[in-house]
Amino acid sequence: MDIRTPIPTNGGDWQTRFGEAWRLQVSQLKQRFGEAIEEIRMPLEYPTDVPIVFVKKESLIGLLSFLKSESGFEYNFLSDITATDEQISQQSDRRFEVVYNFFSQTRFWRIRVKIRLKENEETPTLVHLWPAANWAEREIWDMFGIRFDGHPNLRRILMDSRWEGHPLRKDYPLRGYQIFPTPEPAEPGFLEN
Amino acid sequence: MEKEKAHESQNSKLTHENRFGLGSSEHVSIEHDPDDLWGDSRVIVNIGPTHPAMHGALRMVAKLNGETIESSYCQFGYTHRAKEKLGENRTYHQFVVYTDRLNYCSSLLNNVVYAMAVERLMGIEVPPRCTWIRMICCELARVIDHLICIGINAVDLGAFSYFLYGFHQREEAYTLIEKLCGARLTTSYTRIGGLMYDAPDGWEKEVKDWVVRTRKVIDEMDRLLTTNKIWCDRTQGVAIFTKEDCLSYSYSGPNARAAGIDIDLRRDQPCLFYRDVEFDVPIAKEGDVYARYRVRLEEIRQSLNIVAQCADKVKKGPIWSEDKRVKIPDKTLVHNTMEGMIHHFKFFMTGFDVPEGEAYTTFEAANGELGFYIVSKGAPRAHRMRIRGPSVYHYQGLDLMVRGEKIADLVAALGSINIIAGELDR
Repeated sequence: MDIRTPIPTNGGDWQTRFGEAWRLQVSQLKQRFGEAIEEIRMPLEYPTDVPIVFVKKESLIGLLSFLKSESGFEYNFLSDITATDEQISQQSDRRFEVVYNFFSQTRFWRIRVKIRLKENEETPTLVHLWPAANWAEREIWDMFGIRFDGHPNLRRILMDSRWEGHPLRKDYPLRGYQIFPTPEPAEPGFLEN
Repeated sequence: MEKEKAHESQNSKLTHENRFGLGSSEHVSIEHDPDDLWGDSRVIVNIGPTHPAMHGALRMVAKLNGETIESSYCQFGYTHRAKEKLGENRTYHQFVVYTDRLNYCSSLLNNVVYAMAVERLMGIEVPPRCTWIRMICCELARVIDHLICIGINAVDLGAFSYFLYGFHQREEAYTLIEKLCGARLTTSYTRIGGLMYDAPDGWEKEVKDWVVRTRKVIDEMDRLLTTNKIWCDRTQGVAIFTKEDCLSYSYSGPNARAAGIDIDLRRDQPCLFYRDVEFDVPIAKEGDVYARYRVRLEEIRQSLNIVAQCADKVKKGPIWSEDKRVKIPDKTLVHNTMEGMIHHFKFFMTGFDVPEGEAYTTFEAANGELGFYIVSKGAPRAHRMRIRGPSVYHYQGLDLMVRGEKIADLVAALGSINIIAGELDR
């Protein structure tokens, strides 16, 4: 893949705009978090649009609050949280990657933070830093079956509460329909949250 | 009159106390909240999923104290079509049609962002004519989306004729889109590396005429509603969402700009040719329903300006990128040569490979930041096709937005943040 050439139609000039800032940020992150950072993928070395920081899940909250508030980073806007199912391979037994996309509303740069998880492994929630993470994490639980430790209300969001399995896992079939003859019951208890 | 009321309330109090066996004298002096008409009773109201005020299949369960919403929760997923799963099981070309059904009020915009996302992964550049037409499409879709939003919002609050003014222009815009691609609502207009058809001759002029007419109608709509006493009373100071709330709930687009967040990805993260056109980004400070209405109305004017500028700048030329991987073979070649036939067959049956990599492509859609996070492993199907719909994050904040408001203002609040069930459920 060649995303090194600037592509004006797609805003491919990010490298010239932010390349220097990203290099500085990455070196600062390495200095501060050291061992906690597993891997860093930079746009010119790996086919990605923004730097990807792989972090150990124990340091995730620390790193993200650092990214949010430190001047020179200012990633104050949680753009999206999602996950990918990388499946267990011979190299690694860590099946899932949780992906955090950030945007800075003051400096307009973006970054991506990832954590790798084993199956049935829990990861800390982000709800206390960004309330917007609430539904995104519920969706990840719904679709991938990744549990978020400390989440106030971790239940299914798109699928029916009686659904079995997690549809976006690679081993879930495309037509894995489940039919419920009665509608999902209302739950007055949810009003207390 | 007042005496009667006092008498009634005393009566109801007494019955309440009698009912719970609290009739003794020491309980009579309990401090009574004047708004709390029914003692401690609360009513739980279920609104939706099929309710005319809920704009598609959304459901909200609210706990009411009199008319005031004390707490609520939202449910959705009634139109969940597993688009992200389909994205992993369809080729990149086949997935174009699914993007129409995300935000079905501005399907052209979704088409354009999806095409941009895949082209960015492949490093493809499209020719200028294609880009200009795509920009016109984006802004047409934005005008349509905003017209629907403010029109329906006004209908929900009782201003029906206002809605018809907007919908007339919207129908005309759909006619322009129909001339472009043959469909009115589900357009599927873009292709990876190009467009389905070139714009017909004289289309740019028709677009400019439409802009002139629509400008007049927008001014008329502005005069009709913006200073209307009833409209102001119903919307000013209602469902306020502050700047801090917007940031913590990841609000984007007009809803965030109505609260004073000065972000527009067209200006701050320019793509297509947005650097070459002039437009302003309207901002309001209040963050209420009225501010969202004003921001959307002004954005329509700005979008019309952009459409007019693009229509001036678009020149004749090719609409397809010359990249062999993505270009759909010419029909004369397909029907007359063996190689063309094979190319055509391979393109539609197996699809083209997208090189390994990942990109999160965002664009300022009508509702806010629309993002496609595509992870490719080098196959003709995506490894992960994540769609970030702005409505998900907007709907999440609704609970906080309407807490302490009246139940009738819930309808105003919901209409003003423009939740589209298609991109909410995906």
